[in-house]
Amino acid sequence: MQTTTMTDAMRPPVPAEPGAGVYSNKLGMWVFLASDVMFFTALIGSYIVLRFGMGSSWARPAAVLNVPLTGLNTFLLICSSVSMVKAYAAIADGKKYFLRKVPGKTLQDGGLKFWLLITIICGAGFVGVQVFEYIKLVGHGFTPSGYREGSLLAEHALADPVKYGAGVAGMYGSTFFTMTGFHGFHVTCGVISMLYLYFTKVLPEKYSPQDYRGIEVIGLYWHFVDLVWIILFTIVYLI
Amino acid sequence: MTNPSQPTTAHVRPNYMLIWLYLFVMTIAEVLLAFELPVSQNLKLILLLILAIWKAMLVALFFMHLKFERWRLRLIFIVPLPLAVILVTTVIMEKVF
Repeated sequence: MQTTTMTDAMRPPVPAEPGAGVYSNKLGMWVFLASDVMFFTALIGSYIVLRFGMGSSWARPAAVLNVPLTGLNTFLLICSSVSMVKAYAAIADGKKYFLRKVPGKTLQDGGLKFWLLITIICGAGFVGVQVFEYIKLVGHGFTPSGYREGSLLAEHALADPVKYGAGVAGMYGSTFFTMTGFHGFHVTCGVISMLYLYFTKVLPEKYSPQDYRGIEVIGLYWHFVDLVWIILFTIVYLI
Repeated sequence: MTNPSQPTTAHVRPNYMLIWLYLFVMTIAEVLLAFELPVSQNLKLILLLILAIWKAMLVALFFMHLKFERWRLRLIFIVPLPLAVILVTTVIMEKVF
C-alpha cells in the first residue's frame, strides 16, 4: 500500500486570531508573559519595600554573594538570548542544518540545530552555575532563614553586623532565595522545553520557513527570562 | 497564505550581534559602576536602574521583536507595567504611612 507523508508544503494554514492579528500560540505566550510580569513584580516589589524600609541595616550584597561569578552567569544568559534569536533567524531563512561551509569564509554558517543547541547549553550552564552558587552560599552559612549559627558568615556578621546586615539576615536570605529560586525555576522550565523541541521537532526537521511557531514562542519565553534576570541582577547583586 | 510565524509588520532584521555587544558593554559598565567608580550612592542607584531598564528594553524591543509588532500585541505586554508600578507604589505607601 502506498503511504504519503505530510510535507511542509501540505501543512494546513494556521489562522491568525482576529483580535490581535497573530496566531493563538503566540498570543497565549504574550498573555502568559504579561501575567508573569505581575508575578515577578510582586516578588521584586516586596524585596524593594523590605530592603529600602530597612535603610542601611541590609547586608552589602558583595559581602555575602559572589558577584563576579554571577556577572559571568549574566553574560552566559545574554549569550543564550542572542543564540536563541539567531536560531529564530536561521529557521526563518530556511537553515535547518547544524553547520555548513560557506565558500570564501573561514567560519561555518550556523543553522537552527546549531544555535538552539548553543542556547540549551548556555541555559543549562546558567542553572548549573546557580546551583553551584547556592551550594557555596549554604556552605558558608547563608540559608533562606539567615546566617546559620556557627557558620563562617555568622562569625563575620558578629564581627561586622552593619556590613553583613546581622539584624535582618533572615529577611535577606528568604527574599534572595525566593527571587533567584523562582527565576532559576523559569530557566529550568525553558531548558526542558527547548530540549523537548530539539529532539521532537528540530532534529527531525519538522520546522520550515513556512511554520516555525514553536521556535518563536519558546524564544519569547526565553528572552523574557533573560529580561527578568537583567533586572534581578541589578537589584539583588549590584544595589 | 500568510506565514503565521512572521512578525506582524514587515521590517529589516536588526543586527543581533550589535545588540549583544551593547548588552555586554552595559553589563560591564554596571559592575564597574557598582563596585569601582567613586560616585554617590544615590547617583549610583539611579544610573544602575537606568542601565537595567535600558538593557531590558533592548531585549524586549529587538530580541522579542516588540518594536516590529502591532500596537494591539504591544499593549498586552505594556498594560501590566503601569499596574506593576501601582502595585509597588501602593505597598511602599503602606509601609511609609
